[in-house]
Amino acid sequence: MKQGGNKLARGILLASLVTLAACATTVQSGEGKTALKAGDPNLKHWLLPDTPPYPEDNKPTAERVALGKQLFFDPRLSRNGNMSCASCHSPMFGWSDGLPTARGHNGMLLGRASPTVINTAYNSIQMWDGRKKDLEDQAIGPMEASVEMNTDFNQMFRFLNNSKGYKAAFEKAYPGEGITKQSIARAIASYERTIISNDSPFDRWIKGDEKAMTEQQVRGFKIFKDPAKGNCAICHSAPNFTDDGFHNLGLASSAGEDADPGRFAHKPIKILKGAFKTPTLRDVSLTAPYFHDGSAKTLMDVVEHYAMGGIVKEHLSPNIRKLDLTRQDKEDLVAFMEALTTEHEPVVLPVLPLD
Amino acid sequence: MNCTRTLLSAAAGALLFVGVADAAEYEVVQKNKTFSVKELTIKAGDTVKFTNEDEFFHNVFSLSDLKTFDLGSYPKGEYKSITFDKAGKVEVECAIHPSMLMTINVE
Repeated sequence: MKQGGNKLARGILLASLVTLAACATTVQSGEGKTALKAGDPNLKHWLLPDTPPYPEDNKPTAERVALGKQLFFDPRLSRNGNMSCASCHSPMFGWSDGLPTARGHNGMLLGRASPTVINTAYNSIQMWDGRKKDLEDQAIGPMEASVEMNTDFNQMFRFLNNSKGYKAAFEKAYPGEGITKQSIARAIASYERTIISNDSPFDRWIKGDEKAMTEQQVRGFKIFKDPAKGNCAICHSAPNFTDDGFHNLGLASSAGEDADPGRFAHKPIKILKGAFKTPTLRDVSLTAPYFHDGSAKTLMDVVEHYAMGGIVKEHLSPNIRKLDLTRQDKEDLVAFMEALTTEHEPVVLPVLPLD
Repeated sequence: MNCTRTLLSAAAGALLFVGVADAAEYEVVQKNKTFSVKELTIKAGDTVKFTNEDEFFHNVFSLSDLKTFDLGSYPKGEYKSITFDKAGKVEVECAIHPSMLMTINVE
């Protein structure tokens, strides 16, 4: 960064800012004026990259993904041998569990809903409270948690190191690295990066297939984006329908001193009391019930919650306010969210090593 | 004595305004969920003004050992300012959008 005091430098700077401002206005007004046409270049920022980002030291390979898939579905990694990652993140329930809040070790009722794995590969921060930075960081967490898989790591490493099948799979995936928490986490993360939703009717409509969404769904998209109507895109933003941000939604469960602090437990800033990470809406029709506490059974319940501007106002996100939506608007919004689901290939379960 | 310093960055982010008694005021803009500069070097006693130019609320806080503050959350067009009195490094974040990070080096 240079420092100087001349008028020329200031002039260049101001000119740059004016240019930047003009560009931003053009883009915004371009999108605002658009009658939401399929294939409009101004809407292309809603498309996800074909492949998600990955860390330089964990490039996905077929061997890593295959090993990760075995580990993801293997209940023998848990202390009791009866819980795998897929117990709470099952492809049968949109990579969640269909429950309001999760069940953990010995069936213990947990405080938060199981978030979907879908498109977590695109997230810049993981978990409802953001306490994990990436998928590698997150993957071992449920094994370490006494209320979740409650893994006995001595027992688990003994099991994996005595398994010819796993030993060979680890050697192929991570040659010379051995079986460690790190190689387990990297393999699971590599598999999770294949759990992607980016070919929904919405995506095809954005690419130009005007028949991919119904007229009602297009109306729903307009309401979704419109700050004066649904105002949904303010947090469920392009392209993964999340801002990777944290918001208190004013849910009934956020009242009282013993309410779940959410993000505040990790960043003690006032606005983060009872704030949770914005989930993706891709494949959202597969992942009911909704919200971090599972309190909304249907997408219409979710829309109704936002329409009333939340229930508990203390610490409510300033982005949330009472919305002026007709019944038709609400139905259009739900129809739009249903257009965000990709028709996936059936998930083929892995054969797990027996020795 | 009034002092004016101009600061030109590649990101066109930090601006200088007129300060008082050798103290300067810098502006950092919050736009597209980023701070306009990743790093800013200022003198002890200088002030930094954080302006929100996004359509949604932003927050500004720091939990750094050198200086802990929470400027709260505010919408587009509004700003909050804070003066940095001691030399050292301050990590500044937006609580709502954790990918928004910047460092202020106070000399």
